[in-house]
Amino acid sequence: MWRRKPPPQSTTGPQHAADGLADHQARPKNDASLTIDALGRKCPIPIIMLADQINSVGLGAVVAVLADDPAAVTDIPAWCRLKSHEHVASYDLPQGGWSIHVRRKY
Amino acid sequence: MAYLDAASTEPLHPAAREALLATLDAGWADPARLYGTARRARLLLDQARAEVAGVLGARPDEVSFTSSGTQAVHLGVLGTLNGRRRAGRRLVVSAVEHSSVLHAAQVHERDGGTVETVGVNLFGRVSPAAFAAAVAEPGTALACLQTANHEVGTLQPVAEVAEACQQAGVPLLVDAAQSAGRLPVPPGWSVLAASAHKWGGPAGVGVLAVRKGTRWRSPYPEDERENRRAPGFENVPAVVAAAAALRARAAEEATESARLSALVDRIRAEVPRRVPDVEVVGDPVERLPHLVTFSCLYVSGETLLTELDKEGFAVSSGSSCTASTLRPSHVLEAMGVLTQGNVRVSLPRGVSAGDVDRFLTVLPDIVRRIRKSLGVQ
Repeated sequence: MWRRKPPPQSTTGPQHAADGLADHQARPKNDASLTIDALGRKCPIPIIMLADQINSVGLGAVVAVLADDPAAVTDIPAWCRLKSHEHVASYDLPQGGWSIHVRRKY
Repeated sequence: MAYLDAASTEPLHPAAREALLATLDAGWADPARLYGTARRARLLLDQARAEVAGVLGARPDEVSFTSSGTQAVHLGVLGTLNGRRRAGRRLVVSAVEHSSVLHAAQVHERDGGTVETVGVNLFGRVSPAAFAAAVAEPGTALACLQTANHEVGTLQPVAEVAEACQQAGVPLLVDAAQSAGRLPVPPGWSVLAASAHKWGGPAGVGVLAVRKGTRWRSPYPEDERENRRAPGFENVPAVVAAAAALRARAAEEATESARLSALVDRIRAEVPRRVPDVEVVGDPVERLPHLVTFSCLYVSGETLLTELDKEGFAVSSGSSCTASTLRPSHVLEAMGVLTQGNVRVSLPRGVSAGDVDRFLTVLPDIVRRIRKSLGVQ
């Protein structure tokens, strides 16, 4: 079955998903003005938290969403596309899960 | 209840029911034997084979009946890889194939073979050029591509890919499970798999067709049934019913497919008009006539299915919370589209326009209520 590689196997370097949308990299860049901790929360809660809080950072600033529901890896970049924000990158977290970085565009 | 999950299984076609009941009495004997009742069963089986072959564009001696579409795919994939061992151990599949193809690919990988997965665009379609490039790599034993995606309805460029496969000398397995009986089978396949219960036949009948000249060797122990391709005593009544349903569907195809396709167009247009923050996925034009999928932001797919069920609608979902694996559908993931609040609507033959209207009427309020309960405006 085609699946995104789980984090433990992908800590060696940057990867590109087959869809070309998500850019996974090993180490999170420290570019976030706000970090939303959605670890342990199931979809659609991480996206609801993101939608709720994105306007609390300045234009052009980055929000990092920490999530471990696999749906978030697909859904947050898709949300960015639908809402015209920018998905900057997704980073694998060493403890499992991802840090998904989104730039506020408007 | 309004049944809108034909892609999971199509209700039994009246022609299939009639044929099934008649053949339970007339076709129960062993078609491999030589006495009268057995010869009658053999005749019924071979008539059904000729009919199915005719509709699918195969020769009767190329067609074997299996015990399911999944078994047809497993036998098709593993048997062709087996027969082509000397050509190489490389298998090419699209990222959005049915799980039966991908699970057979996993077996191949476990046995030391390699699997190359070709990605898809936002509509869920492979690029013919990318697929052709993957197939042209040396050592490729087999390529697999579906006629249409079972979750989002997008048609795949099978004819173009088949041409590339032919040029590369690589057999192409075409999984026609979602389109057989609804759309003509595209030309150029070497191995074809289909499933009777998807076109209104009974469950427990799959079709495996292997073109003359395609090397194939069973991954199972030897068995003389079904041209030595599918093991076990044939379910003659079910096969005859499957053929009756396929023949009836093929005759109705032009009118019924056009009617269902117009209803799908209506759903595709109305859902985003009536429900805010919805993504309708899959190709709007090059698609199956009866299937449409959309995802609702800020909604859990499981809750949405439960609420629709309470209103009397049977639909399916590719959201993670509705899957036993707790992962979103691999199709939606590969496409990179929204997976939460996902609903697949697939229209069975004869569905009423009124059911579709009622679905479009109740959906907005259900989504609004779920969002409100999660604190979303």
